Amino acid sequence: MVWEVFRQERKGQAFQHAGSFEAPDQTFAETYAREFYGRRQESIALWIVPREHIETIGDFVDELGRNYHRVDGYSLKTKLKEAREQVAQRSG
Amino acid sequence: MSRSRSDRAEKLLELADDELVLGWRNSEWTGIAPYLEEDVAFSSIAQNEIGHARALYELAAAELGTTADELALGREPEEYRCAPLVELRRLEWARTIARHFLYETADAVRIEALKASSDPEIAGLATKIDREEVYHRIHADMWLDRLQASAEGLRRLREAVSELWPYALGVLDEELRPEWVERIRGRLRFDLPEGRPITRAEHTADLRELWEEMTIVRRSAPGASW
Repeated sequence: MVWEVFRQERKGQAFQHAGSFEAPDQTFAETYAREFYGRRQESIALWIVPREHIETIGDFVDELGRNYHRVDGYSLKTKLKEAREQVAQRSG
Repeated sequence: MSRSRSDRAEKLLELADDELVLGWRNSEWTGIAPYLEEDVAFSSIAQNEIGHARALYELAAAELGTTADELALGREPEEYRCAPLVELRRLEWARTIARHFLYETADAVRIEALKASSDPEIAGLATKIDREEVYHRIHADMWLDRLQASAEGLRRLREAVSELWPYALGVLDEELRPEWVERIRGRLRFDLPEGRPITRAEHTADLRELWEEMTIVRRSAPGASW
């Protein structure tokens, strides 16, 4: 059974994925997690989750190329430049 | 080494020698434990034991006017005070787990007694050591449960315990032994074996062999400072 480990380095920080290991049950998993990710005081807390309990969602479709849904899909710089040019032309 | 060591130094050396020798024995699994995770976990337990030995030798050395290294590696094999249980060369896994469980349970009883010592240095060190030993016990217990959960594991564990029993009886003295026996009885799903203790006064041939290995570098350059 594979377990995924998330560790929190300092109080208030988000937990981040740290790695994974194999353990037959929860007691073994707790022992190994402590051993591999905690005993050098590198974490203040750990989350351990059996990999099979993690739901992966990954099939994101964008058939119509609607890039304006994305923060990075709409370049304001270009649009601004075009708008300024248009204004300059009209007033010029 | 003087024959008139105090009881305090004697007890410290017993404990330190147990931890040093078992640390060496446990480290024999490094690289070849049943699977990677256990390899790391067991090696780290071995490392802790040697760390405990060092702290205990330092305490004894201060009293005896010597150094921790001198005590750990500068004595003749027959001068070691370890229990024969920890001397046995790498056992197969069920026997390793059986020894681990039998020893850690004995160590817990012994450390509890030391934590209550009127000697503040001993009580303080015992408290520190115990903070790490807690995890050794969790490790030993989880393996014990796992072995006892299947028919084959149970059979192997039972064989291992009966083979090691006389050695295990020799870890604690008569004062602490009954408490240890009760804790073991409460955890095993089979009847305790019979046997007479093999005491610290006796050493196995395995110790001499380990001593040769453990002290070879130090003996190769006597008096050198590392």
